[in-house]
Amino acid sequence: MKERHFQRRHLHRRHVEEGIVKALMVLSFMLLAGSLGFILITILIKGLPALNWDMLTKTPQGGFYLGKEGGILNAIIGSLYLAGGATLLAILVSLPLALYLGTYVRRARWADFVRLSMDILWGIPSIVYGAFGFTIMLALGMRASLLAGILVLTLLEFPIMTRAIEEVVRMVPHDLEQASYALGSTRLETALRVVTRQMLPGIVTAILLAFGRGIGDAASVLFTAGFTDRIPTSLFQPVASLPLAVFFQLSTPFPEVQQRAYASALILTAIVLIISFGSRWLATRLGRNIIK
Amino acid sequence: MDPHIQVRDLNVHYADNHALKDINLDIPKRQITVIIGPSGCGKTTLLKSFNRFLELTDQTRLSGQVLIDGIDIYAPGMDVTEIRKKAGLLAQRPFPLPMSIYDNVAYGMRIHGIQKGRALDAAVSRYLEMAGLWEEVKDRLHQPAARLSIGQQQRLCLARGLAVEPEIMLGDEPTSALDPFSAQHIERKLLDLKQQYTIVLVSHILRQAKRLADYIVFMYLGELVEHGPAHEVFEHPRQERTRAYLEGLI
Repeated sequence: MKERHFQRRHLHRRHVEEGIVKALMVLSFMLLAGSLGFILITILIKGLPALNWDMLTKTPQGGFYLGKEGGILNAIIGSLYLAGGATLLAILVSLPLALYLGTYVRRARWADFVRLSMDILWGIPSIVYGAFGFTIMLALGMRASLLAGILVLTLLEFPIMTRAIEEVVRMVPHDLEQASYALGSTRLETALRVVTRQMLPGIVTAILLAFGRGIGDAASVLFTAGFTDRIPTSLFQPVASLPLAVFFQLSTPFPEVQQRAYASALILTAIVLIISFGSRWLATRLGRNIIK
Repeated sequence: MDPHIQVRDLNVHYADNHALKDINLDIPKRQITVIIGPSGCGKTTLLKSFNRFLELTDQTRLSGQVLIDGIDIYAPGMDVTEIRKKAGLLAQRPFPLPMSIYDNVAYGMRIHGIQKGRALDAAVSRYLEMAGLWEEVKDRLHQPAARLSIGQQQRLCLARGLAVEPEIMLGDEPTSALDPFSAQHIERKLLDLKQQYTIVLVSHILRQAKRLADYIVFMYLGELVEHGPAHEVFEHPRQERTRAYLEGLI
């Protein structure tokens, strides 16, 4: 009798525990979803009225920052150049390194050292990258330019991309490679025809994650890429970027211009959202065949 | 007996573990040989020495010979892809390749340049038929193989293995992850296939071994204890340890 009473109380406690943890999870989710919603609503309410065709298709004309004519095409194109260029360069470094870490030297001690270095790089604030880039540029006698911005952003994107891709590489089941070897495939055939297919969706996601970090960063391009109202025609000209456009417009004293800052933020957010949804879609399509 | 695989003084070490000890064995052609024994006795290691799969594991040392059709597959200069083409493997758990059903079967034929174009279509359906999967998948050949049930996946792996035109089919407990119905399906197919292929299976299920085996190899703690025609080993085991295993004592 006593035994059963004890068990019932114990069961009650287990239900309470379950309830508390569940409540915590729902709360965290709501906090997250709420923040996202709040951010989106804020920039929509503040930015939408100022958003017009000119914003998207024109570069700043005379007096733009005083509230006159023009748009932020320079910053849109500039950001796409910067983040696009940096992502391409980062892939060139990240992909081989991640493959090497994830397949050849999985457990080697120095591989752990490389991983640790990347985690530290990942944690470094982007203004430090900016300052570092600026120092190097000064030493080399370079001016703020698209090229310098791309190089610094590459540094910023590279650790996140490498770590994300390595994770994908490590997730490839050993048995899958063995299945391919059992059919008499060579290493190369296994890598290119089997393992790559398995990894592709994850790699796409990793690349776009890095792109997202690159396009949203202001501090690292502040000194290195500069800012200009023109669209650059060579790698050695300075270039505008969306985060800085937001920053500069928001710091003017004119309400119209501040509203345009929100419109610019809206454009930047829209680009990131499109990229996210696009990558989701692509990853799902490519992921149809994945073996779990 | 016409031996297809001959094992001579085979020793295998994993790091400090002496996994196979002086194995000498002939495996008959176009019969089903089943390797039995308690877990950890080296059954799978022996099986995987036949397609040079042991070298995929680090710190494995092997000495001795394994001859297929009289040729030592461990001799220097032997092409490992050629050996694995000749001796296919059905794994414990099916692992389809990350592609469509059709491409899974076509994969091996493509890499080895066995078939292409129109002939490939015909070959794919022929091998799916041989594995007993054709009727279930003929209308969805281009869907991902990952969507098949696990039993269907194992038959797909069988079709995929047959498609590279092996002479030997190795099976590492190929039914142990399957439901009884799918397992039966695979067993029936293996019985059909022994007309054309030498089949070597690892099994820890005695009843399965009795159903399938023409030839039995009994292993215990890395040693080959007894081998011979199935009915002889099952009915009149010569070794005490074999008798104990058959009676469920070890």
